[in-house]
Amino acid sequence: MSELTIDDMSNEYFDVLKELGNIGAGNATTALAQMMQCKVDMSVPRVQLLEFKELGDAMVGEETVMAGIYLAIEGDITGSIMFLLEKQAAKHLVGKLTGMESEGEEFSEMEYSALKEVGNIMTGAYLNSLSSITNLVISPTVPDLTVDMAGAILSVPAIEFAALGDRMLLIQTQFFDEMVLDGYFILIPDMDSYGRMLRALGIGL
Amino acid sequence: MGVEIKVGMADLKVCVSPDSITTLGLGSCVGIALRDPVTKIGGLAHIMLPDSTSIRNNSNIPKFADTGIEELVKQVTKKGANRNRLVAKIAGGAQMFAFGSNSEAVRVGERNVQAVKKKLGEMKIPILAEDTGKNFGRTVIFYPETGDFVIRAVGKSEYKI
Repeated sequence: MSELTIDDMSNEYFDVLKELGNIGAGNATTALAQMMQCKVDMSVPRVQLLEFKELGDAMVGEETVMAGIYLAIEGDITGSIMFLLEKQAAKHLVGKLTGMESEGEEFSEMEYSALKEVGNIMTGAYLNSLSSITNLVISPTVPDLTVDMAGAILSVPAIEFAALGDRMLLIQTQFFDEMVLDGYFILIPDMDSYGRMLRALGIGL
Repeated sequence: MGVEIKVGMADLKVCVSPDSITTLGLGSCVGIALRDPVTKIGGLAHIMLPDSTSIRNNSNIPKFADTGIEELVKQVTKKGANRNRLVAKIAGGAQMFAFGSNSEAVRVGERNVQAVKKKLGEMKIPILAEDTGKNFGRTVIFYPETGDFVIRAVGKSEYKI
């Protein structure tokens, strides 16, 4: 098998990844609604394959403060996944979950762990759907959370993509309850795992 | 006041006083500012990975510490900077997450900083100041006029090195 790289990925594969992202984000939205015990709507995810230089413009801007949850995945598919949420949206979600008005600009310790749990559940739901579609074992590991500039958080998955090619796959999803919550999923399978995922879906490489 | 030139991820540009040059939200990547203090010609590179020779697909020159620094030196000297007068300031190389998929990926910030220092050392370009490592993102603005390297981080007041 020749090595597949993101840069020369055909439209067919790209469409498949897009659809996987779509289903994953849908599942994550359902999980979010259950957790919040309210209706949460989701826009059709925007899937983009971007050059690193374009990353900042494609998102909210490199200096926007965001919460990023990042974890490694193990099993038949190895790699990592990241979920990003704008800081205000994160504050809003956590406030609803804990039933407390958030004070100040910083996250308290309790808000921090609630936010980690949100990320855990969203990424878990995303990976679950991926696992059931492909029939592959995908196990998440313990997540870590950081609140910082979007560009700085994104540098972590971008560097992982950079070792493989010159572009990065970004899935943007908007969630709505009473406000718009802009969320981003970034799935970073190792190169071998791309092949395994596509083959599991009956797509030959 | 000149204009502010923007450098993206895996990108590099030249900047001549009175213009300034910036890159936003450096995480584990490293920003390398070069300057010739006499002509006040400088430049900034935003590298992502330490070593182009360890990766097969390595045609993207500004992505790597080794090839990125070489290219930046080439471009600033072409613009009129004197190769022997070049000095450097560096920032970035943070560890954004405590855990990660593997220790190598998590420590990439540190490895980037080491690779940048090694390359600058080999090219005999002195590092006048650095603000590297730790666990936070940085926006940097470099002024070839004064050589000031201004750093902005979330929850901190702006400082310069």
